Amino acid sequence: MFPVTTLLISVGAITAVSTFLAILMVIADATIANYGEVKIKINDDKELTVDGGRPLLSTLMGEGIFIPSACGGRGSCGLCKVKVTSGAGQYLPTELPWISEEERAENIRLSCQVKVKNDLEIWIPEELFYVKEFKAKVARIRDLTHDIKEITLKLVEPPEIQYKAGQFIQLQIPEYELTEEPVYRAYSMSSCPCKRDTVELEIRYVPNGISTTYIHKYLKEGDDVIFNGPYGEFYLRNTERDIVFIAGGSGMAPIKSILLDMAEKGINRKAMYFFGARSKRDLFLVEEMHEIEKKLPNFRFIPALSAPLPEDNWEGETGLITDVVDKYLESGDNVEAYLCGSPGMIDACVKVLTANGVPEELIYYDKFG
Amino acid sequence: MNPSVYPVAIFFAAIFTNNILLTNYLGMCSFLSVSREIKTSLGLGAAVIFVMAVTSALNWIVYEYILIPLDLTYLRYIVFIIVIAAFVQIVEMIIERVSETLYAALGIFLPLITVNCAILGASLFMVIRQYNFLSSFMYGFGSGIGWSIAILAMAGIRQKLKNAKIPRGLEGAGITLIITGMMALAFIGFTGMIKIS
Repeated sequence: MFPVTTLLISVGAITAVSTFLAILMVIADATIANYGEVKIKINDDKELTVDGGRPLLSTLMGEGIFIPSACGGRGSCGLCKVKVTSGAGQYLPTELPWISEEERAENIRLSCQVKVKNDLEIWIPEELFYVKEFKAKVARIRDLTHDIKEITLKLVEPPEIQYKAGQFIQLQIPEYELTEEPVYRAYSMSSCPCKRDTVELEIRYVPNGISTTYIHKYLKEGDDVIFNGPYGEFYLRNTERDIVFIAGGSGMAPIKSILLDMAEKGINRKAMYFFGARSKRDLFLVEEMHEIEKKLPNFRFIPALSAPLPEDNWEGETGLITDVVDKYLESGDNVEAYLCGSPGMIDACVKVLTANGVPEELIYYDKFG
Repeated sequence: MNPSVYPVAIFFAAIFTNNILLTNYLGMCSFLSVSREIKTSLGLGAAVIFVMAVTSALNWIVYEYILIPLDLTYLRYIVFIIVIAAFVQIVEMIIERVSETLYAALGIFLPLITVNCAILGASLFMVIRQYNFLSSFMYGFGSGIGWSIAILAMAGIRQKLKNAKIPRGLEGAGITLIITGMMALAFIGFTGMIKIS
């Protein structure tokens, strides 16, 4: 036999066998694995019509709903938990290592392991509807104080973000000297949600902090960054109550965002904003806050220094932020409070507020450890 | 030996004297990673038995009626793998469609064993040893059972090992490989019980 014929026969045979099996697979995929169109009901409200047969995680992703997941659907991170109240069938052995007894009782499932085979009813936190991964460019870095930088990110893809003022994003820190793999750190957005194409962050330098070191020493204008979000329950509640904001350091960020949002929407509720700093060099954005005071007549910005230096010529409030709050707050009965700062500061402020009659369940805070 | 009992002899030989895992050391990766618990080992074992038995028979047909007539036996590695992969895929789809319980118990292990070298090994041995159709099927079936017995035994031992003090460097795969070696030595005791070519 000529070598050429051998070659042709072998190529032909392999092709024939593969084609036959491929056709078989295609037929199987179109018949056996075809579950047709199925409906996914989310939070008893939204209804999606999707093609069945794929895992819930990727099906939802195809519909633009991002469930947080680190491993990308291999069932090895256990993060993509979703409450499925009907249609998911029994638990698979691949899910069980990640699901606790309490979660089983609540029908919490790993969405990357649950296949969409028939109509499903699922429950996911409302905010996840808007969570996406964003690519952005660093448009500007400026020093707010000696240790706090303001980072302005211009969104590239997708070009717009929708969030509630006060929410945070998770910024990806790429691998560099201090870290072997990309890590994510949460930062509150300080910009107005009305500016859909930019996001501002206020980041305070923590010595040897993996993320803050990267941002303060390595990140440059023009760099590409990746973040996902928005997340969080820290946003202004739609009530008629008086508002007390308390913040320290980079805790300014979410509250500034809320205030900008209020000014934009003309929400002129009675509001006081107590901002604590050590001395004048730790104070920032004072001018901007006074600008907001002009737009919102019922808003007052009250910065307080705990240890003003003689050269500061400080004429405002002095002392611990808790004492200043105590002094200004007449009655807490009609007050809701929003706090952002170090855990120590928050705990102390919660004490003072509750002592003044602010209901504990109406004190909202983001603790930055 | 009486030719009519030959397939039966092959069946038992594949389980004990010629255990594919303990004498040929095939299928080690899933053996090492899934033998932590008896329940999961049982599921994987059942999947291996089923797939090995059926793919051995399937591959025998492909080999005998396609590869030999076309003089393409040297392509058996590629063809066998493609057949196994396609078969496993289709079976997974069917199981998922038909029975939720069966899928939970067995189906999720199927993708794991597409690349299990013991499955390809069984098909290749059947060719090397020139088995007929029935013998090939029995060989695949027996090899699957042999593999399952080995992984079940290992899972049992490893559950006891959880309470044992193991030198740090040997934890996990290290101690498992040593025990596999001991089990292989123990299985040498079966040698000579059944003789197959």
